[in-house]
Amino acid sequence: MSTTRKNKRFFGTTLPGCDTTKLLGKLIVLEGADGSGRSTQIEMLKDWLENLGFATTSVGLKRSTLVAEELDAAQQGNILSHTTRSLFYATDFADQLENQIIPALRAGFIVLADRYIYTLMTRDIVRGADPEWVRSLYSIALVPDAVFYLRVSPQQLVERNFKKNATLNYWESGMDIGLSHDMFESFMKYQRLIQAEFRKMQTTYGFAVINGNRSGRAISGELRAKVQSIVNMPPQ
Amino acid sequence: MTNTSKYPGKLIAVEGLDGSGKSTQVYLLKRWMEMQNLKVFFTEWNSSALVKDATRKGKKRQLLTPTTFSLVHCTDFADRFERQILPLLRAGYIVLADRYMYTAFARDSVRGCDPRWLRTMYSFAAVPDITFFFDTPLAVSLERILSGRPQLKYFEAGMDLNLADNEEDSFRIFQGKIYDEYKKMVPTEHFVVMNGMLPVEKQQAMVRKYVEQKIDLPVFRQRGKR
Repeated sequence: MSTTRKNKRFFGTTLPGCDTTKLLGKLIVLEGADGSGRSTQIEMLKDWLENLGFATTSVGLKRSTLVAEELDAAQQGNILSHTTRSLFYATDFADQLENQIIPALRAGFIVLADRYIYTLMTRDIVRGADPEWVRSLYSIALVPDAVFYLRVSPQQLVERNFKKNATLNYWESGMDIGLSHDMFESFMKYQRLIQAEFRKMQTTYGFAVINGNRSGRAISGELRAKVQSIVNMPPQ
Repeated sequence: MTNTSKYPGKLIAVEGLDGSGKSTQVYLLKRWMEMQNLKVFFTEWNSSALVKDATRKGKKRQLLTPTTFSLVHCTDFADRFERQILPLLRAGYIVLADRYMYTAFARDSVRGCDPRWLRTMYSFAAVPDITFFFDTPLAVSLERILSGRPQLKYFEAGMDLNLADNEEDSFRIFQGKIYDEYKKMVPTEHFVVMNGMLPVEKQQAMVRKYVEQKIDLPVFRQRGKR
């Protein structure tokens, strides 16, 4: 099969010292709230791709060598102001971009990103950050080859979160922004705000919305079909 | 960027190369204000405890790229700005900053970061009411640093830029590039240029005179006990 390779590009400013012509792999992003089935789908995609003979690597938020631990500790204490937290997350993201994503793409891997800049930007914007500032901050990111957003209704999310953890997560409920003292109400309000922001981004960044209210198998079928058109499938 | 005019406080920053004498000058300015019983607070670049760990780890393991180096320092600055500088300005203090965002603009653009990206990133910070730039010829500031403290750290010497194969040569070239960046900012960022070759007390007299003209100091006098 003949392969046409488009060069990767950055949203804005190019990272100092990065040659984008040599990034042969593919960057595939899955976005969605906690409980949207994101991680499960990534696992299934990974199995499927590896079975086909592709090398893959997974990245996610708060996994950098540089600041992941510090970020976690700071989150626990809830001692960060908004701008500081935004920048802290951006640091974590940039570290993974430069030390994991780009080297893997250079080596021809398929990089599966469990969330990307869209979640980070959405969280900041919902907390009152200037959208222009946030966009500029993340303009250092690579434009992915595909972005899939798993949209699940807040009601379903609540149920799945209870099933998984028995409690709602403080941050995923947006408790830090004071939407409501009632955690359930705060969760519903916060998730609606996030979804509204994602809807806005969808038109700007053009990502595929996947109905996440369906069964895991139905979702994975749709994802595979879509991923097939991005990667160069090996001859059967 | 936001101007401090919307806050009751005032912000004075000092910038310059290592060895330009800026820290001595800002210390003397602080002493003078304290002795007038003014509400004054001193803050330093890179001093918040929170992200110090990350910076230290990154520096030690040489994990930092130009982008993450810049982000780590901006995070650190944001923490200090949001929790210290901004509340002080709102509470009506005179805040003295030993280095401010211009240090990052100079240093990080030498490392290859996009100047526009840097400026937008720091746009949450208040623009100082006065920024003194202590202008000392490169050779002089290099001499002051290199004669007193020969042990240069990796990033401080700009070793990550592959400018030279030993710390001292690298430091010389790196500082020269930073100096050029500072010079470019003099007109655009409205620096008040001080001649760093003048005697300390003479510079300080000029600094105090400038501050007095620009800021209505008696307004900042602490009320109550002396």
